[in-house]
Amino acid sequence: MTAVADRITGLVGALRAHGVRIGTGETVDAARAVAALGLADRELLREGLAATLLHGPGQRAVFDSVFDLYFPRGVGGPPSASGNRDDLRDRLAEALAADDRALLARLAAEAVDGLGGYGSSPGSDGWSAYQTLERLRPQTLLARVRAGVRGPGGSAAGGADVADRLLDDEIRRRIEEFRRMVGAEARRRVAERRGRDEIARRGVRPTADRVDFLYAGRDQLAELRRTVQPLARKLATRLAARRRRAARGTIDLRRTLRSSLSTGGVPMRPVLRRRRPVRPELVLLCDVSGSVSGFSDFTMLLVQALHEEFTKVRVFAFVNRLDEVTGLLDHGRADPDGLGARIRAEATLTGWHGSSDYGMALGEFAERYGGAVGPRTTVFVLGDARTNMSDPNLPAVRDIARRARRVHWLNPEPRDRWGTGDSAAPAYAALVEMHECRTARQLGALIARLLSV
Amino acid sequence: MFTSVDDVSVRLAEAGYLASPAVATTVFLAARLGKPLLVEGPAGVGKTELAKAVAQVAGARLVRLQCYEGVDESRALYEWNHAKQLLRISASRDESWDETRTDIFSEEFLLPRPLLTAIRGDEPTVLLIDETDKADVEMEGLLLEVLSDFQITVPELGTVTATRRPFVVLTSNAGRELSEALRRRCLFLHIGFPEEELERRIVRLKVPGLGAALTESVVRVAGALRAMDLRKAPSVAETVDWARTLLALGAGTLDESVVRDTLGVILKHQDDIQKAAAKLDLDAL
Repeated sequence: MTAVADRITGLVGALRAHGVRIGTGETVDAARAVAALGLADRELLREGLAATLLHGPGQRAVFDSVFDLYFPRGVGGPPSASGNRDDLRDRLAEALAADDRALLARLAAEAVDGLGGYGSSPGSDGWSAYQTLERLRPQTLLARVRAGVRGPGGSAAGGADVADRLLDDEIRRRIEEFRRMVGAEARRRVAERRGRDEIARRGVRPTADRVDFLYAGRDQLAELRRTVQPLARKLATRLAARRRRAARGTIDLRRTLRSSLSTGGVPMRPVLRRRRPVRPELVLLCDVSGSVSGFSDFTMLLVQALHEEFTKVRVFAFVNRLDEVTGLLDHGRADPDGLGARIRAEATLTGWHGSSDYGMALGEFAERYGGAVGPRTTVFVLGDARTNMSDPNLPAVRDIARRARRVHWLNPEPRDRWGTGDSAAPAYAALVEMHECRTARQLGALIARLLSV
Repeated sequence: MFTSVDDVSVRLAEAGYLASPAVATTVFLAARLGKPLLVEGPAGVGKTELAKAVAQVAGARLVRLQCYEGVDESRALYEWNHAKQLLRISASRDESWDETRTDIFSEEFLLPRPLLTAIRGDEPTVLLIDETDKADVEMEGLLLEVLSDFQITVPELGTVTATRRPFVVLTSNAGRELSEALRRRCLFLHIGFPEEELERRIVRLKVPGLGAALTESVVRVAGALRAMDLRKAPSVAETVDWARTLLALGAGTLDESVVRDTLGVILKHQDDIQKAAAKLDLDAL
């Protein structure tokens, strides 16, 4: 049983390294779950460990990858590795058409074994999922799988049934699933060779809310966008709760005396002064140039989703010129995936060149939209403060900071890189509060903290 | 309560609840380890139904605490029956005060609310704490003692410990992040939208009159709608409603006009309906 205990503690250690908070009590529960379920059925074991160790649905993707490493389905290679690419493609097309998960998993193992090995003699140095998929090219099987599903002489030209129009999407999802299987299989092989703990810590993708905005890929950004609504709902309830608590105020003497008349002048029931809820006005200045656009888009969507919490939200985007984009973000029109493209297409953001210029943009804001900032306005500036060596225009920032209630600068770069190269971060940080904001998790925490009354 | 994971799925299926392997495994573990079960997931995937089905299968009494904003101790745990206490005091004028005092704080004057009811019962009990995320944070504090030690402390009486541990199910829509302390005491189960195969079986079970081909189409369209970025993705309840609607309309196939007329059954926002119509190549609505 000690070997199993080691596996469990190793798994827990890897999950902790990915930021999943697991206490000793849960680890003990996990061991009890293993004892109750046995090791024979890996899927049961997976669900059992997930139930005891995890606390939220967002952690599941990391857990699945790590679990595959610590409790692999099998060890070594599959028995019959033909390595014949065309034969493999034929069988893959059939399996995709039949949507047979077990067979797909077997084929993934076979594909990695036959096509994924690299090094002096195949497989001696490592296994690459990328190479496997590059040689196998499962995405090119779409047409064949479609024909396989419809069968010979099937309704090709869009039958009456609406569901048939969805076939392509379904097949694409199956292929995507197969690619994921290949990735998991390659990781497992590499882990066998290089040591499990190492791969579990470095080879597994972190949860979406811990991905650096600056390095997030396209699909990770898409995944992040899906978390906007839930995150906004959570922040809204938290802000509302704070406000409710703050509303319990001091005694309103006039109304207490007035109501005491009905009890013969004895103030039986004190009346509290009702505070008017302070909903801040918000102005967002977003750098949407290439490097930080992922961060800006996400933050704009989040603020838009939170718009009920503010009396007024105005959003401005800039690269080296600045333009108001509040209208583009409007509710209902917000199609999150196309937001960035639409902003760049419809607003005037660049002058003579395409790189960002904070000095120009901030100066233009202070000059043209200075009226948008008043004593009740909180201003958020989003950007990495990399000025491309041009003048940072500190007087403009000073002017904005003087007029606004608060100014916060959210910087998606790690703190230790502020001030390196062309970054004017320290100069700006001397004038306004600058916060490091690298991940969605940090952003959520910052918004909850900064926007509370 | 259960002998194996398969036993759980078979018996739940007999009660009309088709459990995915994840659900069956977690229910089995919750019963075996004696820990509360925290179920999260979107609305309409059968979180509450699960508790009801477990109660039915285990032949247990279902005690339900519906949480809402402002639910408090006197609604969840217990309350002293003040009116009865006053009656008792006024009815006994010649007794000494000491006797009366000990008497009016006895069990006879205690009004048990769901949590105390579930703890005190001798028969098997399933305690359902529904929509935990709607309750205030303070309420979670109250739950902690119940969930970890299955006991409730009444200051005037002492500690009431469960003679027989209830099977506890908490549900949450994730409207608010539950505290880490609460999560730590529970097994966590996320019920998402079911796999196609499982959903087909659910529709077949709930709407047996619908043809196999139509069932298949309904489930596929629902799956595709969920993959889209909609404001409210259709859940199982909506799929079943849609299947019922199609049955009532006597539709033979899922053709364009039928879908156009009934899309409102599974999608609840106008934006979503328009988006879905564009996706499915329906003519303009």
